[in-house]
Amino acid sequence: MKTDELINMLGTNLEPVKGGQLRTTLMIALGVGAVAAFCLMLVIFGLPAAALVGEYSGLKVLVLAFTLGLAAAGASFLIKSARPGEPGRKPLILIGLLLFAALSAGLVALILAHPTAWGGMVFGPQWAACLICIPLLAAAPFASLVWALRKGAPTNLMRTGAVAGLVAGALGATVFAFHHATGSIPFIAFWYGGPILVCAVVGAILGPRLLRW
Amino acid sequence: MDMRSNEPELRSLMLAGLDGDAAAHTALLTRLSAYLRAYFKTHLARIGRGPADAEDLVQETLIALHARRHTYDRSQPLTPWVYAIARYRLVDFLRRSKASVTDVAIDEADEVLAEGDPSSVESGLDLQKLMAQLTPKTRQAIQLVKLDGWSVSEAATRSGVSPSAIKVAVHRGLRALSRLATQRSSS
Repeated sequence: MKTDELINMLGTNLEPVKGGQLRTTLMIALGVGAVAAFCLMLVIFGLPAAALVGEYSGLKVLVLAFTLGLAAAGASFLIKSARPGEPGRKPLILIGLLLFAALSAGLVALILAHPTAWGGMVFGPQWAACLICIPLLAAAPFASLVWALRKGAPTNLMRTGAVAGLVAGALGATVFAFHHATGSIPFIAFWYGGPILVCAVVGAILGPRLLRW
Repeated sequence: MDMRSNEPELRSLMLAGLDGDAAAHTALLTRLSAYLRAYFKTHLARIGRGPADAEDLVQETLIALHARRHTYDRSQPLTPWVYAIARYRLVDFLRRSKASVTDVAIDEADEVLAEGDPSSVESGLDLQKLMAQLTPKTRQAIQLVKLDGWSVSEAATRSGVSPSAIKVAVHRGLRALSRLATQRSSS
């Protein structure tokens, strides 16, 4: 085929393109993924009585600030990353700072506590549930984010996949926090932060396959 | 002529094309094809690939630029967007042809499509063969609207579906052609 013929074909009956579709698609994917994760949480655990009645401990506010902060920073990165080119590093730095802050807070809390309490603080109630349920709840948001990103044209597939995994993990953790009310700061740092990072690693592995165009 | 020095002109062609100006879009793709050709020829020469492979890549990239033009952010310069797509297509091509990225020395600070090269050769892409792999409805929509030049409403009347269904089929078809074009080279 001659290149001129191809160009003529592409230009024939050209349709105008609206701006901003990509952002809307990603926002819809985030919303749909979060709602799906929430529904799955309801199916598994039932209605989270405490959360709906309004029992908001200081810890829970911290947890939500951590997970929603990660999700928001990651989402702003994905909006740029869905387009060809360099997305900029600010959101990634913010993600790094949030993870670092959570880890340091966890370590400081451990250092301040008596060593005999460490086991109870780290392996708190339902640590295994966090490890299993957060990635499980992240599956739906991850699928919807991949669907949206495939509408775009990401050029760094591993990095985009990793951040999509992280956002999905953070949404999964946010939803899980409605059910899971108790714990200590080290517990949150390890058993919320850890599974979120696992989701990011899985996303980085799947990204090059799922997002290729 | 460096592509970056033509940025304002190319960008205004792109913006007009996004608003539906076919002449501007065709002019843009013609101008870009010269830069893309020079860029791919330079890099492929380092692994001993000739102008025909470069032309395949030029055409794959043009289809990709067209099918993904909604990913261009109107507030941003055009050159980095084009370069990111060209680089992505080149890296993908190298992966398919089992060459390593370091062999052709692509780096982040690469020369952005420096000189234009208008000497086009025929590529190995066969549009009819690619079209044969589309679903019948999609193929018909592409044939009527993009190849035979019927308007969307005429094509809709002829194939007995709504105009919006034709638009969707054309859009999906071009994205599918973009994918098929890159899969073809891997076989």
